[in-house]
Amino acid sequence: MSAIPSSSSATGGRLPGFVEVDNTAETPGRRATLVSHMDRFNQVTRQVCQVAESKRPPFAWYAAFAVSLSLVGLLGFCVTYLFFAGVGVWGLNNPVMWAFDITNFVFWVGIGHAGTLISAILFLFRQKWRTGINRFAEAMTIFAVICAGLFPGIHVGRVWLAYWLFPIPNQMDMWPQFRSPLLWDVFAVGTYFTVSLLFWYVGLIPDLATLRDRAKGTIQQFAYGLFSLGWRGSNRHWHRYERAYLLLAALSTPLVLSVHSVVSFDFAVSQLPGWHTTIFPPYFVAGAIFSGFAMVVTLAVPARQLFGLKDMITLRHLDNMNKIILVTGCMVGYAYSMEFFIAWYSGALYEKFAFVNRAFGQYWWAYWIMVSCNVITPQLFWFKAIRTSIPLMFILSLVVNIGMWFERFVIIVSSLANDFIPTSWDFFTPTWVDMSTMLGSFGLFGTLFLLFCRYLPMVAIAEIKATMPQANPHWEGWHAPTSHGGAGSAQAAHASPSATHAPDAS
Amino acid sequence: MTTTHASTPPATRRRVHGLLAEFHDPASLMHAAEKVRDAGYRWWDCHTPFAVHGLDQAMGVQRTILPILVFGAGLTGTSIGFILQAFTNSSSLSLWALVWVTGYPFLISGKPLLSLPAFIPVIFELTVLLSALGAVGLMLLLNGLPWLSHPLLANKRFLRATDDRFFIVIESRDPRFFRSRTEEFLKSLGAKVVEAVEA
Repeated sequence: MSAIPSSSSATGGRLPGFVEVDNTAETPGRRATLVSHMDRFNQVTRQVCQVAESKRPPFAWYAAFAVSLSLVGLLGFCVTYLFFAGVGVWGLNNPVMWAFDITNFVFWVGIGHAGTLISAILFLFRQKWRTGINRFAEAMTIFAVICAGLFPGIHVGRVWLAYWLFPIPNQMDMWPQFRSPLLWDVFAVGTYFTVSLLFWYVGLIPDLATLRDRAKGTIQQFAYGLFSLGWRGSNRHWHRYERAYLLLAALSTPLVLSVHSVVSFDFAVSQLPGWHTTIFPPYFVAGAIFSGFAMVVTLAVPARQLFGLKDMITLRHLDNMNKIILVTGCMVGYAYSMEFFIAWYSGALYEKFAFVNRAFGQYWWAYWIMVSCNVITPQLFWFKAIRTSIPLMFILSLVVNIGMWFERFVIIVSSLANDFIPTSWDFFTPTWVDMSTMLGSFGLFGTLFLLFCRYLPMVAIAEIKATMPQANPHWEGWHAPTSHGGAGSAQAAHASPSATHAPDAS
Repeated sequence: MTTTHASTPPATRRRVHGLLAEFHDPASLMHAAEKVRDAGYRWWDCHTPFAVHGLDQAMGVQRTILPILVFGAGLTGTSIGFILQAFTNSSSLSLWALVWVTGYPFLISGKPLLSLPAFIPVIFELTVLLSALGAVGLMLLLNGLPWLSHPLLANKRFLRATDDRFFIVIESRDPRFFRSRTEEFLKSLGAKVVEAVEA
């Protein structure tokens, strides 16, 4: 399909005879292997770099890129139309002043959360399986936050005044109002984007250096060389690098919890029935992680297939992610039922009505789509056979993505459409601009993600190597009985140490 | 000055950055690093494709002061967050920050002028933002990066330092560096190849 040397044993998923290693079983006292079919460091290098180094990506990449890019065109058209005509081109009406715009904003910010969870929280918990998926989950975070940031930017009405969001000295001596959750949001999302970008970039530096050192073309050498900052793998550098990485993880952990909490404050701090609840911050964070992991699965399944990364994104990684989807799905289900309970228990007339109306009012269908996608369907992940079935997990991850989009829609629109006074009620119907802008944001996300897959290392090469047993200087293979001291141990390196060799591995 | 004789320059004319010793696995690198450390060299380093655990001790690398600096960066963020909000929303002071700016005492929903709880989210975000920028920026600064023209990056053998080879480099500016003796020493550590790196 592309210019990959056929002699390479490290093309993994492209080989028709690829054997998926089941490393999901738990053996007490032994760590499961996180990398299959590989026992040498340069196999990892080759397998990850072959995507960026191949002359042409697979056909499916072109197809997906064409679709995504045309959706970006659609997005550009819709946004331009919006700027010229005003927010009236959306289906907004008097009580429903937030609908698809803010739904998409909250949806995309939520998607981003899995990336930071994987890169930061799982790092602090020493979950080594994160190394297989952290790079593209972090990339996904950044692209999702870009999509998210678009919506508040364009929904302000007079976009040429969007700079009012920032404390910039101006001719009117006017400042933002810092007691408003909407302003907290600007700082939370801005910080989140910056820190996620830093985290991603710091992780990329050693891998960009790997690509630089392998690059044949002048443009590649220059570009990878520039962005790898002259990294040369010095251990004195690694020492500070690892410290900085740990600090970033420690900083991102409270940050990721704060971002969706602040997003939920946009609603919870208001007094609208259905929004004014204290459960919102933890509930939003759980939902964000839930939807984010679903998106990671949605992207990981085709990516590992298409780019031959099955040896590094193994069944165990997918199984673990599905377990997290199950747990967070249950948390979200708990939050749904607790909202109902508190609405009843509070005795507040409007609260009680808001929740009954959510399930049986004019948006009943959206509510039940949400419940069936987010609470009922993920229960299938209790079964290991479903957790480890590639097609089923792909479908379920799509279902969860749909469900989480509807969750935000239900919270935002059903609460706004039917507030305190029946005379002010209305019904929101999306227009074609609403629909196209939403589709366009998916196109933007897809375009950025596909470009990332093509030109950057999709898996953290240096981190994967560090999780291999061979990376440990005290690994028994380096101290084989025949070799004492440094000289003889290289032979031991090439004596196959793992029992996971597939028949086709040389 | 490129002439026809330039193909065989006298070795003494070229300045040498240091000696490069290649190893094929982290274990032998680590043993060698311990011996280089014990031999008293100071201007030397290990180059590895990934962070090898335990190598810091084997090399005798001192703990970095990065966390303390990052704490300072975080405190700066906290202060900026508080001062920014207290000035712009709770005061009517005029002060010069590149241009003359004046605070505006907002009275919102009956909250006190200096409503600290409502200021916490922005203070928190700015603390995290400046700490993260500080962690990355100071890490690069302390590491002396970016440095795109380092002599090692011009070495062909060194290309594999980011792939699957492990190197020890002893620099010629080390007071204990004597080309022949250091070369012998590195070979005795089990290095696969020892070669000079041009400055």
